[in-house]
Amino acid sequence: MSKVRVLVGTRKGAFILTADGKRERWDVSGPHFGGWEMYHLKGSPVDPNRIYASQSSSWFGQVIQRSNDGGKTWEAVGNKFAYEGAVGTHLWYDGTPRPWEFARVWHLEPSLTDPDTVYAGIQDAAIYRSSDAGQTWQELPGLRQHQSAPVWQPGAGGMCLHTILLDKSHPDRIFVAISAAGVFRSDDAGKTWRPMNRGLRSEQIADPTAEVGHCVHRIAMHPSRPNVLFMQKHWDVMRSDDAGESWKDVGGNLPTDFGFPIDVHAHEPETIYVVPIKSDSEHYLPDGRLRVYRSRTGGHEWEPLTKGLPQSHCYVNVLRDAMAVDTLDPCGVYFGTSGGQVYVSADSGDSWAAIVRDLPSVVSVEVQTLP
Amino acid sequence: MIRVVLPAHLRTLARVDGEVKVEVAGQVTPRAVLDALEAAYPALRGTIRDQVTQQRRAFVRFFACAEDLSHESPDAPLPDAVATGAEPFLVVGAMAGG
Repeated sequence: MSKVRVLVGTRKGAFILTADGKRERWDVSGPHFGGWEMYHLKGSPVDPNRIYASQSSSWFGQVIQRSNDGGKTWEAVGNKFAYEGAVGTHLWYDGTPRPWEFARVWHLEPSLTDPDTVYAGIQDAAIYRSSDAGQTWQELPGLRQHQSAPVWQPGAGGMCLHTILLDKSHPDRIFVAISAAGVFRSDDAGKTWRPMNRGLRSEQIADPTAEVGHCVHRIAMHPSRPNVLFMQKHWDVMRSDDAGESWKDVGGNLPTDFGFPIDVHAHEPETIYVVPIKSDSEHYLPDGRLRVYRSRTGGHEWEPLTKGLPQSHCYVNVLRDAMAVDTLDPCGVYFGTSGGQVYVSADSGDSWAAIVRDLPSVVSVEVQTLP
Repeated sequence: MIRVVLPAHLRTLARVDGEVKVEVAGQVTPRAVLDALEAAYPALRGTIRDQVTQQRRAFVRFFACAEDLSHESPDAPLPDAVATGAEPFLVVGAMAGG
């Protein structure tokens, strides 16, 4: 029988949650790397025993951990993220130029074909690749050296490159999303990049339709339809049907279109999930109710999913990397909250149960479907 | 033999218990001690000083013989008591909340 392994990153360590395909009884392992901020853990799609983890702290900086046995044991690997060539400047919060400075790794994206190749999205925004299983990291500097980079500005959480999407049907194509610069696409394996923000509108910037400067919170793709992208922006839920060349608003009847995560059902490419948050100044759920919203029509029409979720006095947040789907049938959906709960739905969102309730604040959730 | 006391998180990362001991050839300075420490425990690279700039991380302090040496030159000689192993070189995580 198939199994699932949920990789949970929190503000104070990592946890690994495992269950069989029913997804009812869970074993909880952790904390791993207790006391450290675990921004992201993700397994290789070609070797699920290979897991990469981003471990960091304000005191001791960035560490990258690698497991070759599904998270039973770990080994610290390379953590030198040096910008290549001239560092240059971006804009600081006050509008003054500020040199790029490494802060942490937000996101690790293992290659779709090679377990030893993995990409890292960092703050201040840049993308790195390791082709030796994390021992050494090389920047793909064309992104940071894009002509628009001097006017990129940080979002409230820092100027982070938080999303990396790979496309198996276009092996040289990479999408990234940066807060607050927007979406960029490379079609030559990261050498050159183009902004992909046409159709976005952000009232928080001087030119609401500028080519760059949008606070994109996350983008998602179904692997069977790589030209269709979904986006949760600072405000607005968006969709692209042309690989990011243009976007349209599909927020429809959502109670609020502010939020962080967005994800796609494993078997239904038009079924997507978001967690609406009250506003950009009130990072908690509207009306104290934890509601995942599902659209089965690729946007516009949304339904609240509430069965098993608290519907009063709940004021948590769900961060951008804290939602994931498994590939079982029916599809499992997972998300973690700032209150330390990790919820699972084993029926595509119809009903939910808490796997754990009292972890440290959850930063990221990934799931591996195992044979 | 130089004795080095690490904070708990770095002992875990380096997979050591208690003090660690490193050999330093030549003058015993913070830089020489950290070079030897990182050579013996590569997992500590970047956790005490930045890998690119070699600057001490802001929330890390260096103490020895009841003195705060954090702001001394990394090439300044450490006290004889550290060089002889009578006293340890302490790497300390600053009290900074969290």
